[in-house]
Amino acid sequence: MNIIVCVKQVPDTTDVKIDPKTGTLIREGVPSIVNPDDKHALEEALRMKEKFGGKVTVLSMGPPQAEDALRECSAMGADDMVLLCDRAFAGADTWATSYTLGEAAKKIGYDLIICGREAIDGDTAQIGPQMAEHLHLPQITYVKNVETDGNKIVCERALEDGYEKIEASLPALITVIADLNKPRYPSVRGIVEAYREKKVTVWNAKDICADGTCIGMEGSPTSVKRSFAPEPKGKGEVLKGSVKEMSKQLVVKLKDKNVLR
Amino acid sequence: MLKVTINKNDCIGCGICAKQCPEGYELNDEMKAVVKNPNAPGVKEAAEACPVAAISVEGEAEPLVQKTKEEACEVKPALCDYHGVMVFAEQRGGELKKVSLELLGRARGLADELGVQVSAALLGQGVEKLAHRLIEGGADTVYVVEDPRLEKYNTHGYAKAMIELIKAEKPEIVLYGATHIGRDLAPRIAKRLDTGLTADCTELTIEAETKMLLQTRPAFGGNIMATIMCPDTRPQMSTVRPGIMKALEPDKNRKGKTVKFDAKLSDKDILTRIIEVIKERKQVANLEDAKIIVSGGRGVGSADGFKVIQKLADALNAEVGGSRVAVEKGWISKDHQVGQTGKSVRPNLYIACGISGSIQHRAGMQNSGCIVAINKDPNAMIFTVADIGLVGDLFEVIPALIEELRAAGIGQ
Repeated sequence: MNIIVCVKQVPDTTDVKIDPKTGTLIREGVPSIVNPDDKHALEEALRMKEKFGGKVTVLSMGPPQAEDALRECSAMGADDMVLLCDRAFAGADTWATSYTLGEAAKKIGYDLIICGREAIDGDTAQIGPQMAEHLHLPQITYVKNVETDGNKIVCERALEDGYEKIEASLPALITVIADLNKPRYPSVRGIVEAYREKKVTVWNAKDICADGTCIGMEGSPTSVKRSFAPEPKGKGEVLKGSVKEMSKQLVVKLKDKNVLR
Repeated sequence: MLKVTINKNDCIGCGICAKQCPEGYELNDEMKAVVKNPNAPGVKEAAEACPVAAISVEGEAEPLVQKTKEEACEVKPALCDYHGVMVFAEQRGGELKKVSLELLGRARGLADELGVQVSAALLGQGVEKLAHRLIEGGADTVYVVEDPRLEKYNTHGYAKAMIELIKAEKPEIVLYGATHIGRDLAPRIAKRLDTGLTADCTELTIEAETKMLLQTRPAFGGNIMATIMCPDTRPQMSTVRPGIMKALEPDKNRKGKTVKFDAKLSDKDILTRIIEVIKERKQVANLEDAKIIVSGGRGVGSADGFKVIQKLADALNAEVGGSRVAVEKGWISKDHQVGQTGKSVRPNLYIACGISGSIQHRAGMQNSGCIVAINKDPNAMIFTVADIGLVGDLFEVIPALIEELRAAGIGQ
């Protein structure tokens, strides 16, 4: 069973800070990590490979330094690493990104594609479904449990108030959530191989025979008009005094505002 | 003459400037932005779009003249075939989701500004009975698409039906709830229609001059906001999380029509099979409907620390919420998470304890009626959205507060 796992290198956004003077992001010293949901995707792929044999390829689109993310996945056990890296890919929205990843997937070949539900820097959760549409594959999103016999998959898809059991035949694409599994740690041998022996395959737009009008900025239907730090509300009042005095004042104020009765 | 400088260390190579103003900027081989022509029209506007503020522009620029809708239509006549605002009316098991009415509320505002109609797309089997509620909530037309294959939500059947409806009715804007259904469905539709989709918008407005939809959403982990447009393709599509927009008061006297639409589905359009749907009895936190929420963040420090949060919540008969950090550290389960990647809430009272207040958190709670912040750090961002702030250690403040509540005879 050949499985492609899509991964993204993201800034560890829980540690991002804002410059209070300029209102912009301080990116210095913010570590890059493998997007958390994607690690669960990889873990599931590795488990399937252990059961059915085959190959796990990790696929990413990004700048040259995204190789680090791929090597981390390789150290966990992925067989092949493919990085899509080209100036022409830059500025892509989800439409163009899913086209680019989809074209690369065609070249690699697959029985199953697994994506994380969403990336923590974009939070769109759109790449999985749009890649599935591009490749005309059945999709199952928000997967929290999966079983397969190599021909079809049965997934538990999380809902707001429970879950549903869905079956699809392979090839298919699924997006997974953190409830699915616990990602393994890289093995020492894996680390040595990933960083010393294995090579990352780097493809540009030509390598995947991409249509120039479908990639990067050119291929993106959406564009950013403006980025800004949100305006502070600035109408609040800060209470003064001892803890007891502040607590007393708070209760009085909440009663005055009619929020507490 | 303008002076444009780009800080190479700050540039993240996202290409937004080059996309907005291709005559002014380009990316070099190191994937860094460089200035091509500092006097190209729109150089200043593109600098403002930089998410990391790496571009500075000195001097006065000629204001960028934007194309009006009529002018844009001359260039791309196809754009002007699209009229009206459509809402995907989400229902499950014949029960209309609240977010559908919230979207209709906003759709009404957008449509009135554009001088166009609001429609709702109601898909399912035996769901026509819900149409009147959509009309009362702001729809002029309800398209009812019924088919046994649509009885339960499935990606491929619903996508096909929506695509057929959009192709036939040509709405200029389509809105979806950012629910497990909406986020599964909308991207698929956008891809097949070759149009844009902006996820989790917190604000939707119409640009006065061009009449285009301005879609504002948190970006880069929710630490900044970005306004997104879809200039050259239609429809313009957005998802919006439950609890962000406000539903209209149901108006029983509103008039609207119900139109049956045949999506011409066949069995081969359905690519997955639903084996069963399991409702979990597990008590999941119902933050969306809560009147009062007490939330904890990094400052709570441990799962044990959350017992203090729970005590205050119990005293106020409130629900407990948590920040992304608290959930990621495993101090509280995911269904309690408030924020851009969790739930959007608007209770009457929101008490944030030990929460620094990243934009991603604020995006999920800033619409609350009254916000109280308790934090040790007087400079915490949470105080910028708080109505009342208490600077202090939450482990001292909360017990004192519970005592005062008791003394005032509030709660249990």
